[in-house]
Amino acid sequence: MSPRNRAIALGLGLLLLAAVPPVASLFNQPFYLDLVRRIMIFAIAAASLNLILGYGGMVSFGHAAYLGVGGYAVGVLAHYGVVDGIVQWALAIGASALVALVIGAVSIRTSGVYFIMITLAFTQMLYYLGISVEEFGGDDGMRLAAKSRFPGVDLNDASVFYYLVLAVLVLVLFLGHRLVNSRFGMVIRAARSNETRTRAIGVSPYRYRLAAFVIAGAVCGLAGALLVNHTAYLTPEFMNWTRSGELMFMVILGGMGSVAGPVLGAFALLVLEDLLSGWTQHWQIVLGPLLVLSVLFFRRGLAGLFDKNE
Amino acid sequence: MNLILVLEQTLNGLQLGVMLFLMAAGLTLVFGIMNLVNLAHGSFYMVGAYLATYFYQLTGSYWLGVLLGLAGTLVVGVAVELVALRTLYERDHLDQVLATFGLILFFNELAAMVWGRAALYTNIPEYLSGHVELLPGLRYPLYRLVIIVVGLAVAGLLWFVVARTRLGMLIRAGASNRAMVAALGVNIRLLYTLVFGFGAALAGLAGLMAGPIYVVQPGMGELILIEVFVVIVIGGIGSIRGALAGALIVGMVDTLGRAFLKPALATVLSPVAAQAAGPALASMLIYLLMAVVLALKPQGLFPARL
Repeated sequence: MSPRNRAIALGLGLLLLAAVPPVASLFNQPFYLDLVRRIMIFAIAAASLNLILGYGGMVSFGHAAYLGVGGYAVGVLAHYGVVDGIVQWALAIGASALVALVIGAVSIRTSGVYFIMITLAFTQMLYYLGISVEEFGGDDGMRLAAKSRFPGVDLNDASVFYYLVLAVLVLVLFLGHRLVNSRFGMVIRAARSNETRTRAIGVSPYRYRLAAFVIAGAVCGLAGALLVNHTAYLTPEFMNWTRSGELMFMVILGGMGSVAGPVLGAFALLVLEDLLSGWTQHWQIVLGPLLVLSVLFFRRGLAGLFDKNE
Repeated sequence: MNLILVLEQTLNGLQLGVMLFLMAAGLTLVFGIMNLVNLAHGSFYMVGAYLATYFYQLTGSYWLGVLLGLAGTLVVGVAVELVALRTLYERDHLDQVLATFGLILFFNELAAMVWGRAALYTNIPEYLSGHVELLPGLRYPLYRLVIIVVGLAVAGLLWFVVARTRLGMLIRAGASNRAMVAALGVNIRLLYTLVFGFGAALAGLAGLMAGPIYVVQPGMGELILIEVFVVIVIGGIGSIRGALAGALIVGMVDTLGRAFLKPALATVLSPVAAQAAGPALASMLIYLLMAVVLALKPQGLFPARL
């Protein structure tokens, strides 16, 4: 796609997303507002994963950890009566960044299949931690005491919350776009395509990769803060390893290493799940083989359909 | 903390360890030889448990159940290799992870459709239940002892096959240079299918032995699979020795941690704090161990040589 067409497509997509709340209320179908809001939250998480997976080539199979950390940061503060959104979200972002720093510092030392297994294992560790802390509901989780409060923005209003999520999504995509095209982003992409040469020109990728890993974790933590406000409920299932797998699929289905890809992927996967689960309770028996087929035969993802010449 | 309890928990740790080894052996062989990351390995564990339980209840014979469970898992493993995974050997790890993730969804849902989502409980034949008095005061379940013996026997057999037979020689050769082995006239695709099938059967064996101790339900395979990943990362990917060492270490640390961490913490912390921190820390222990091992030896304790 030429830059002009790309801009038109992005504008149209944005317009479509912005039109959802009025259209949904016109037809009195609040369900769709809810669905699209959830999809956009996952799109934010997938976009953050895309930064390290798509551009950095780091196959993190534990990205759901930061959804959980962000979610718990908000939920735990609300549990103790702190409902100021700015404090909550700052903690969600900060705590996720810190967790990503620790996990990243250990796992980025390794590569390939070790990296996949280690990120998965650390996330599982956090999942078990969530299960074993009785104070916050353990296995069953807990209800979010109150939604995050911002001056002038009422998240209890479904469309206000919707537009907030949309704004965050646009901001994340914009900053992500700037980041991958910056000098920093070029190092990340260079290290992915050829680590030896990157080293040879005098750049050691470890710190750059770790920084990207932390940024991705922080953004995903923000998505976690949004998600817990969306579901109004918090469980260790936020960090379930299948969540991490779903996030990876969103990135892959959308097309790795393209800015809009994760959004397309999130829509494709979650709408598909919604349709299939409306059709049969055993929808996963259809979804599973579809995913296998998409890996085998649909390598370039949805973004690849529009972008023939890359 | 008395000695009997420590011995009993050590045996429990050994039992978990051999179970993890049966899983890890297949996974690490498949990775070492075919360079394939197979998340669906846990599904074979589940399939083994379900098939053995089903055939046991159908025929009334435990041994027939075990036999059909093993054979069934072997067939399922070979079928999965032929249909889906064969084309993935040349792909990168990301594709392998994603495709086998899809397979997990399929198998879990299939089990739920055929046998329901509720957990199945199965029992063991009379002559395997009951306890054995190992030491005065130490009565240990016979069934768990049988698991330990079977696991160690399989480990020995596996070592013999890989290190001392012609088949094992081909396996080792295939791991180090597949093109050369194929050029020497060995049917490498058949070899891969065989290795994969037997790896699946080992996982099935672990599953069908686990059935009566834990519960048989959809998704049971993934819980153990992630622990098996820890085992493999600690032991070193692609190494059977590493898998054995890693499995025993993880089995011990996990079991002893769950049993003794809380009382141990209670001696330093307040009982309330120990009550809260003990279980949380115990469930995280093997992952912390993994992090420490990786920080010291990023390639695991026994880097692959098979």
